[in-house]
Amino acid sequence: MLKINQLHKSYPIGDSSLHVLKGIDLSVEEGEMVAIMGSSGSGKSTLLNIIGILDEAGEGEYILDGVPIKDLTEKKAAVYRNKFLGFIFQSFNLINYKNALENVALPLYYQGMNRKDRQKLAMFHLEKVGLADWATHLPNELSGGQKQRVAIARALAANPKLLLADEPTGALDTKTSYEIMEFIQQLNDEGKTILMVTHEEDIANMCKRIVRLRDGVIMEDKKVTQVRAEQHV
Amino acid sequence: MIRFLFDRDTWQEVYDSMSKNKLRTIITMIGVWWGILLLIGLLGSARGMENSFNRLFGDFATNSVFIWGQSTGKPFKGFQEGRRVRLSLSDAKKIEENIEGIEFVVPRNQNRSLVVRNFLSESFSVAGDYPLLDAVEKKKLIHGRFINQNDIEEKKKVAVISEDVYKQLFKKDEKAIGEYIQINNINYTVIGIFEEGKISMGPTINIHIPFTTFQQVYNQGDRIGWMMITGKIEYDIVQIEKDCKLLLKNLNDIHPRDNRALGSANAGQEIGKVTGFLKGMQFLTWFVGIATLIAGVFAIGNILLITVKERTNEIGVRRALGATPFEIKRQIVVEAVFLTLIAGLFGIISGGWILILLDHLYGQGDDAVLVNASVSILIVFVALLILVTLGTLIGLIPAFKATSVKPIEALREE
Repeated sequence: MLKINQLHKSYPIGDSSLHVLKGIDLSVEEGEMVAIMGSSGSGKSTLLNIIGILDEAGEGEYILDGVPIKDLTEKKAAVYRNKFLGFIFQSFNLINYKNALENVALPLYYQGMNRKDRQKLAMFHLEKVGLADWATHLPNELSGGQKQRVAIARALAANPKLLLADEPTGALDTKTSYEIMEFIQQLNDEGKTILMVTHEEDIANMCKRIVRLRDGVIMEDKKVTQVRAEQHV
Repeated sequence: MIRFLFDRDTWQEVYDSMSKNKLRTIITMIGVWWGILLLIGLLGSARGMENSFNRLFGDFATNSVFIWGQSTGKPFKGFQEGRRVRLSLSDAKKIEENIEGIEFVVPRNQNRSLVVRNFLSESFSVAGDYPLLDAVEKKKLIHGRFINQNDIEEKKKVAVISEDVYKQLFKKDEKAIGEYIQINNINYTVIGIFEEGKISMGPTINIHIPFTTFQQVYNQGDRIGWMMITGKIEYDIVQIEKDCKLLLKNLNDIHPRDNRALGSANAGQEIGKVTGFLKGMQFLTWFVGIATLIAGVFAIGNILLITVKERTNEIGVRRALGATPFEIKRQIVVEAVFLTLIAGLFGIISGGWILILLDHLYGQGDDAVLVNASVSILIVFVALLILVTLGTLIGLIPAFKATSVKPIEALREE
């Protein structure tokens, strides 16, 4: 699915530069559910952003679904993001003046799908996250959990191969977090590859594999027994 | 691109982002609307003022000078100082023949006479005139005709009277053409009624009679009261005035440096001053108008800059979902152009209302300050086009900036 070789990334800070990722080797197979853990500043978000083609790698190799991701034009990057990747953010990042259905339909709009198909497909995904009744509501009329579910529906709408989640439960209470995780686990059961960044142990243990980062290098990479979220709900 | 413009989704996006950001939309629209409104108001008022001046001078040959005889100020060729100078028909003829650049020379005579009709009488100024006067100082005839060549040749006792004379000697709606009036105990047939002009150089004339009739009735001989001289448009009327005066001094035995002997009024010079003022005003109008436009452009650019800044996060999200930079810029431009066009059209419409209002307040009646205050629609549309184009170009700067940063940086902006 994806393969990373000796990935480096540094940010310029004034005259010096901050070396954030210091040679990461990582490969993820299809159907995996990986948690990337680490304290703040460990480089976990940077890694996720590079995987999501939201940021560029410094040195090293990154191959996504057989395509080397290097020196892409912004246009190409946009196409890959649209086709391969679905994003779930900590702060949901819904467009606040569009209702739930329109938010979900947005990636399909950029795929060039016509309006009717788009709305049908978006509705299908909203139903899947259990928010069909809230289709015409604006984000500020939804609870945090509902917002995140809309965001998940949006990430799924374009049927991406890889779902990337940056602290998906970071802004939610425990109960809602587990509901969201339950849903993400279901998606994984259906075969979606999922990569998420988190700093919460319980959330990480609901994945199948945990990668621990510290100071830009991988400290530990182990498979774990998945804790099913529905046990906690 | 054409398909994009006719796509319902495009306009849905525009409508969404505009209607959900009402304050921003309204502020932008007010900026553009105000700019166009001011421009139309300014240009329209300036045009109205110009029209009003043109109406005042419109019937009058602007390139003209009046010359009449006064008393000599210097002794010359044995004549004493203080001799009365009387110009003659032959003087007028010589000027017409000898001075370069002359268009018309119109000799005139004038005096005040008692005019009687039935039991009404009043003193009016009466002038003996040639038909040519109509070419120099266009007479607006309400009824009838002006003096013609036949009247001159046959020394007919006919009179063209002013509206004012008509009002004083005739009853309202009474027929005047063909009726008799008595001027100095001689009967004249009224052949025309004219409207008095707003501005006339020289004395106000109430009644025009044929020059030859005047000559005979008042026993004028060859003498004339004054002459109106008009120059061809490409000649300088000030030079013509000098040439004419020099010739007249020569013909009438006046010292060449005698400045008192001949009186003159140069209409060209007087009107030139007003025209200069109008030109200055026009320049000022354009200057202020263009400055207003530039201010409008900056207003649009500024609001677009804020818009893009405000929406950086949204732009980041859209890019994460697969929007290309081109799609994002296109959306911003379509929004901007649509917004400014609509606001501009509102500006044009309300500008029209302002002009109607101005016309209502200041444009009515004969002595209106603004006559037909109006703006060429072409100028307005060109102004709108400039406003939209420049505003959008300025607005593109932040749009380019927003799409040139990495999406992750845009996403981090809250």
